[in-house]
Amino acid sequence: MVDMTNVSKNTMNTADIIYKYMRPEHLPHIWCPGCGNGIILRAIAQAMENAKIDRNKTVLVSGIGCSSRAAGYIDCNSLHTTHGRAIAFATGIKMAHPELEVIVITGDGDSSAIGGNHLIHAARRNIGLTVVVMNNNIYGMTGGQYSPTTPHLEYGTTAPYGNIDQPFDIAELAMGAGATFAARGAVYHSALLAKTIEKGIRHKGFSIIDVASLCPTYYGRKNKKGSAVDMMRYQKDNTVMVEKAKTMTEEELNGKIVIGVLRDKEAPEYSEEYAKLVEKVKGGNK
Amino acid sequence: MKRDLIINTEWCKGCGICAAFCPKGALKVVEEKVQKVEGAGCVLCGMCEQRCPDYAIYIKESEE
Ligand code: SF4
Ligand code: SF4
Ligand code: SF4
Repeated sequence: MVDMTNVSKNTMNTADIIYKYMRPEHLPHIWCPGCGNGIILRAIAQAMENAKIDRNKTVLVSGIGCSSRAAGYIDCNSLHTTHGRAIAFATGIKMAHPELEVIVITGDGDSSAIGGNHLIHAARRNIGLTVVVMNNNIYGMTGGQYSPTTPHLEYGTTAPYGNIDQPFDIAELAMGAGATFAARGAVYHSALLAKTIEKGIRHKGFSIIDVASLCPTYYGRKNKKGSAVDMMRYQKDNTVMVEKAKTMTEEELNGKIVIGVLRDKEAPEYSEEYAKLVEKVKGGNK
Repeated sequence: MKRDLIINTEWCKGCGICAAFCPKGALKVVEEKVQKVEGAGCVLCGMCEQRCPDYAIYIKESEE
């Protein structure tokens, strides 16, 4: 195996990614044929390479759901936690060891339903986590129940007559809660996705990348979206870059997925603020 | 530098994503496994590699 440590090109060969970042003995992964999660995982590995982070100082944290299996495939410090609590565990890790790079891989249900509270408070505090949401618009692992991101009037096993809820837009939700970096990605645009995740990793403070995944097995079947290829084609035809979106009307943007970096700003990072406070209090006690 | 398109049939789940978006129509899925279409003129662009959810197709670079 060639030493790729200093390679700075934007795309790394899949074979190299597998040998450097993954645990090949656990591949092929458990996800269904055409599931978008594998594409997101590859983009995360590519982003780790591009951001030049040390795997030995990186912790990957997941919760429960199809997305949660991701933590097992990347060869770094991994923590597979309980449903919805990935961000809570990650917060603990970052507070105890602020020098670590902490990446959370979660799903739409895991992050915005069961773990919604942890998400908004991590965003509010601006704690240095990178959260990648594998957003498939449904609960895949448990059999296709509708989630907070299932679109209005679409179907799930628990919405047999159509979902009357309005969906969350996870990136908007996180920005509303104070996230200093928020972006959206789509698996069709996989190379751009890797670059977007890289920016999220490099960002100091809380960052979230909400990624439109594909779940042909449940979301696709329940909503007659066709095959994985059809769902990919849908993304191809309906994604708009954030720069382009600024020139479009609300009507033109109806039903489109706006991808790219939506917000990137600086603010004090929580674990650093905490360290400063500890210093101040200790000094005061002398 | 020599570049070749490699298919790992064992990992391929036959989703067809690589074939559908190959700009040259150089791939097809037969009995749930991807195959090269001989003579279709693969340009080694790597789009299939970027989008394969199962890491089953990629371009390999080797010396000579
Ligand atoms: S159920 Fe859906 S999200 Fe889960 S592995 Fe299958 S396709 Fe992917
Ligand atoms: S490398 Fe490009 S041209 Fe060749 S099979 Fe893949 S997508 Fe098609
Ligand atoms: S994208 Fe990958 S898994 Fe799907 S058919 Fe092509 S090689 Fe096989």
